[in-house]
Amino acid sequence: MITSTHYMLLSAALFIIGVAGVMMRRNIIIIFMSIELILNAVNINLVALSSQSQNLVGQVFAIFVIAVAAAEAAVGLGIILAFYRNKETVNIDEMNLMKW
Amino acid sequence: MKYIWLIPLLPAAGAAINGLIGIRSFSRRVAGIVACVMMTVALGISMVAFWQLLALPAADRAFDVTLAQWIPSIPLQLRSGAIGGMQVQWGLRLDPLSALMLLVVTGIGTLIHVYSTAYMADEPRGGVARFFCYLNLFCFFMLVLVLGNNFLVMFVGWEGVGLCSYLLIGYWYEKKSASDAGKKAFITNRIGDWGFVLGVFLVYSVFGTFDFRAVQNAAATMPVETASFGVVSAICLLLFVGATGKSAQIPLYVWLPDAMEGPTPVSALIHAATMVTAGVYMVGRNAVLFSHAPMVMEVIAIVGVLTALMAASIGLVQYDIKRVLAYSTVSQLGYMFTAMGVGAFSAGVFHLMTHAFFKALLFLGSGSVIHAMAGEQDMRRMGGLKKYLPVTFATMLIGTLAISGIFPLSGFFSKDEILFRAFQSNKAIWVVGIITALMTAFYMFRLMSMTFWGAYRGPAWDASGHGTGLPSPSDRARDTRVAAAHGAPHPADTQAHGHASEPAHEVAHGPAEPDDAPAGHGHGPWHGPHESPTPMTFPLMALAIGAVVAGFVGIPAAIGGPNALEHFLEPSFTAERVDAVTRGGAAGEAGSAAALNARAASQARAASQDSAATTEPQGSPLIEITLMVVSLIIAVIGIAAAYKVYVVSPEISEHLAENWAGAHRTLSNKYYVDELYNATVVAGTFELGQDLWTFDRRVVDGAVNGTGWVTVISAWFSGLTDRTVVDGLVNLVGRICEEGSYGFRKLQTGLVQNYALLMLLGVFAFVTIYLFVR
Repeated sequence: MITSTHYMLLSAALFIIGVAGVMMRRNIIIIFMSIELILNAVNINLVALSSQSQNLVGQVFAIFVIAVAAAEAAVGLGIILAFYRNKETVNIDEMNLMKW
Repeated sequence: MKYIWLIPLLPAAGAAINGLIGIRSFSRRVAGIVACVMMTVALGISMVAFWQLLALPAADRAFDVTLAQWIPSIPLQLRSGAIGGMQVQWGLRLDPLSALMLLVVTGIGTLIHVYSTAYMADEPRGGVARFFCYLNLFCFFMLVLVLGNNFLVMFVGWEGVGLCSYLLIGYWYEKKSASDAGKKAFITNRIGDWGFVLGVFLVYSVFGTFDFRAVQNAAATMPVETASFGVVSAICLLLFVGATGKSAQIPLYVWLPDAMEGPTPVSALIHAATMVTAGVYMVGRNAVLFSHAPMVMEVIAIVGVLTALMAASIGLVQYDIKRVLAYSTVSQLGYMFTAMGVGAFSAGVFHLMTHAFFKALLFLGSGSVIHAMAGEQDMRRMGGLKKYLPVTFATMLIGTLAISGIFPLSGFFSKDEILFRAFQSNKAIWVVGIITALMTAFYMFRLMSMTFWGAYRGPAWDASGHGTGLPSPSDRARDTRVAAAHGAPHPADTQAHGHASEPAHEVAHGPAEPDDAPAGHGHGPWHGPHESPTPMTFPLMALAIGAVVAGFVGIPAAIGGPNALEHFLEPSFTAERVDAVTRGGAAGEAGSAAALNARAASQARAASQDSAATTEPQGSPLIEITLMVVSLIIAVIGIAAAYKVYVVSPEISEHLAENWAGAHRTLSNKYYVDELYNATVVAGTFELGQDLWTFDRRVVDGAVNGTGWVTVISAWFSGLTDRTVVDGLVNLVGRICEEGSYGFRKLQTGLVQNYALLMLLGVFAFVTIYLFVR
């Protein structure tokens, strides 16, 4: 039977894939997508446990996370656009203006 | 008699009045009156005191007055090792010797004060008051000297008369030669005083007291130091060194001829009658002490007679009238010391007294001549003054006869007494003394001949009474050199003074201008030599009377006289003794109480044992009379020779000067003694001063500068430490921060993924901690 453990494992796997993507990908859009993936992994975890414990708090929290993720994506893309207008690149290795 | 303390104080008061008020406000007359009145009252009191002293029996003639305590008792170690208490009183003593000196000082002092009122009348008003202030001050100190009853009070007077001598010699201080002479006198005196002070210290160290009587009495108990030079001889020699300075003996006589730069009354009072006799008085005071040192007595006699000879020989060729008299004074002082040296203390004091009379007379007379000649002092420009200055001539003739030793004037008796005692002691001294007497008679009559007899050689004057008073051109040319010490050049005469360019003028109006050389008197044109006014001639006459009769108190027994003076003075020259048996009594006990018992006994013993040898066993009267006749003949020979050489045939003197040019030059230059002293002592002192200054610059300043250098260098080192260590530490801290920051900023890569990685690692760390540590 499909227990919450399967869902948590799926969540964990997605999380790790997301973190790996943040660490290792060069393109900033892909990094944002990975961040979304992390957030969605957390969502799955929340919903699964909420269903398991018959508590609605998890699901409500998941709604909040979706909202926040959307807002955050908007803001982040705005920053990327501003940066792209200056530097013409989406390669994160070239975004090192804060270097010493 | 208990008012004898007034005698010195009156002149002191006069000096204070004249000095503090007189210089500012008194007229010449008032200043003179103040001074003369003080001296006259002092003379009156002295005469009363003397008369009262005479009223006492001979053995009791002593009167002590203690005015105050000077130095309270201070413990001091004596030579014997005991601890004595040194204390000194302001004490005065009236005994025969000091009474005699009192009369001499006040008597002749008063006459000279009177003389000075007329002599100094041309001086500026304040200057006259200053003169009388100093003169009174001098009399005060001299009276303290003769009245003091201990060494220190006498030394106060001793030093004070030296000071006043300096002040008075340098009275015309604007004239360089006068101020130099004053300095020379004072410094030479000071050198003598060094010896004197050492002697006084030694006296205390040996005897434990400064009081004269106590010292004499203690010395009387000590053995006579015939064989060895003991401590008493040392004391006496040191005291005699002081006497050579004060009384102008070899080697410290050099100040006296230069002291003639002072006004003539000063020369008369200080350098003839009183101050220079202080040394003789001092030896007489300490007669008992000196009698115990026969070696020193020999030295005194030899020095005295040699000084007499040397000074007389120099006086033979001097042309300045006052210098002749100055060397004569040195010579006569030599006689006095000869007398002291052979033990004839009362003879020496007798000669002191008669010399005071006739030498003061001669000086005042010369002052009268100088006054008449409007400041001229060179005898070659005098001559034939007998008819213009009758009183001066007569009195000076009396003085000259007295000093030459012509019977029955005073000088005959006193000089003869000395020569007789010298003959008894040492024939060689007698021979030198006789030769000196010959020279004395000669140069004194040379002085009289050149001044009063013969043709007039001085500048001309306007005898009509008015007019310009200008001398003739030839005289004018000669007069322009009045400022020179010697007018007419002499064939063999080199500068007899050593400063021929200095004015020989008595009158301090600066160098004489050519057109008023004879009128440098302040009276306007000179009207020729004229007799002096009464205040000047009266003292001359009084002193002439003294010069005649003063000798009669000392007529020796050999020709039937009572020899009053010797007996009168004898108690002063002997020590009091308790008893002939208890010889070893302590010094202080031989005081009045015990002495009263043994006066009669002591008188008899005084003649025999360790008293001063005043009453020596008399030689035969025949010898004495023979010697008198011999010295009379010698004096007459001298007088006749002088008359022949200077009045009858004057060319003989020039002839002699040419033939004996070397000797003449040596004598004129005073045996080059001054040059010798200048080259050795004076130059040596200056050298020493230079060397000390060099030492001060190099060593002392060098040390100070060196300390500064050390400070600078050590400061440099400190600075080094400061710069390297301290600043280095501060800089090190800064460098650490700087280098550290270089390292730390490498964290800021600017790469987002690095930041994300760090965040992740941080999360892992927290989770680990949360899971395992909690």
